[in-house]
Amino acid sequence: MSVSAPAVVVHDLFVERGRRTVLPSLSVDVPTGVVTGLLGPSGCGKTTLLRAIVGVQRVAGGSVTVLGLPAGTPQLRQRVAYMTQAPSVYADLTVLENLRYFAALVGGRERIVSVIATVGLGDRTSSLVRDLSGGERSRTSLAVALLGAPELLVLDEPTVGLDPRLRRELWETFHRLAADGTTLLVSTHVMDEADRCDHLLLMRDGLLIATGSPDELRAGAGTTDLETAFLALAERT
Amino acid sequence: MSARATFATTRRVLEQLRRDHRTLALVLVVPPALLVLLRYVLDGSPGAFQRVAVPLVGLFPLIVMFLVTSIAMLRERTGGTLERLMSLPLSKLDLLAGYGLAFALLAAAQASVTSLVAFGLLGVDTAGPKPLVIALAVSNALLGVGLGLFLSAFATSEFQAVQFMPAVLLPQILLCGLFVQRALMPRALRIASDALPVTYAYDGLDRVARGLTDGRLWLDAAVVLGTVALSVALGSTTLRRRTP
Repeated sequence: MSVSAPAVVVHDLFVERGRRTVLPSLSVDVPTGVVTGLLGPSGCGKTTLLRAIVGVQRVAGGSVTVLGLPAGTPQLRQRVAYMTQAPSVYADLTVLENLRYFAALVGGRERIVSVIATVGLGDRTSSLVRDLSGGERSRTSLAVALLGAPELLVLDEPTVGLDPRLRRELWETFHRLAADGTTLLVSTHVMDEADRCDHLLLMRDGLLIATGSPDELRAGAGTTDLETAFLALAERT
Repeated sequence: MSARATFATTRRVLEQLRRDHRTLALVLVVPPALLVLLRYVLDGSPGAFQRVAVPLVGLFPLIVMFLVTSIAMLRERTGGTLERLMSLPLSKLDLLAGYGLAFALLAAAQASVTSLVAFGLLGVDTAGPKPLVIALAVSNALLGVGLGLFLSAFATSEFQAVQFMPAVLLPQILLCGLFVQRALMPRALRIASDALPVTYAYDGLDRVARGLTDGRLWLDAAVVLGTVALSVALGSTTLRRRTP
């Protein structure tokens, strides 16, 4: 693990949505240049935390510092890329038209061909997004996030609905990006994906209940299996 | 602001429209077809048709672009693409200008087709210069874009967005002088119509039709474009970088 300053420092973050407190007081660091996995059951506040880091979530208290700047600072819009859980691309445009448009906004026109290859959509570039399968749509959305060569890549469940081969390829891509210095924060609820992360954050009911590498978490829980480790850690809280 | 981002947005919006053949056909064919219908409805009173035809050529784009913008912005909001755009280095004004430019081009096409039918086939005439009708139609279209943009923030579904048209535009069209001269309306309604932008949109067109291209025409145009600026400014405050 790198010794540089964390890419993201969240301190005492407090978020309410409607009348519900989603994150009561969350403090967490995301290390630079590695793949960090964010795990936890549906509704535990994963997406809210990711949105706060990207700077699109209205927060009620605490601080979020991203790459040394307050989250949501205009300069960060070029340096941080976010892929939402629902694919946010234009359904009535082709894959290529979507990428051309977003490349005009964030740069990376010369990377269009390579990001399309990265997400495995080489044979679908002239298909309308609305004619694609769910997995292909989310890969289009992922391709957009990869365009601007961001320093921090925030991905909300990027591998849902993908076949195992493509999922493995994408995780290899994530590690390749991390090796090149990109920081990745990836939410997932798939255990074998958790095992592919360098660092893990485990959340439950808006609280952070464990952090560490998969090995550290297994050792801490005294188990050899990550899923059992998570269950043990969840029970301790 | 960045011209590159603005033009990229215009191009993207036009690409989306190009895919939607049916909408394009409706936008370009319905106004001239309605004008032809009205021509024969008013067959017995050709003076009345002459009086309303020019204002209608210039008011159709207002109504159509209001609807198109409301729905397009609502789709951006509900489809997640607005949230993505707001997380990118794109200024709100670039996004709005990109939309405005795309719809102004569409409005110019619509007004041109409708004008060709009105002036070429139906024998409508204007005392003032005909290109002014198209110019006013485009500025009215921008008014529709501005109002649609602002009001789309208050709609949570496409059903609601569509209902804003009769709620917001129809009263203005009734009061603007198209159906009944404003001088013949009760005083309270006349005063109300003084405060509504469509009144000025109509008045400008009526002046071109009657050849009254004096300073008052420029005042009409200034009120319309001022309202566009105001509604875009208000609309841009509804584009939030951070949402609950």
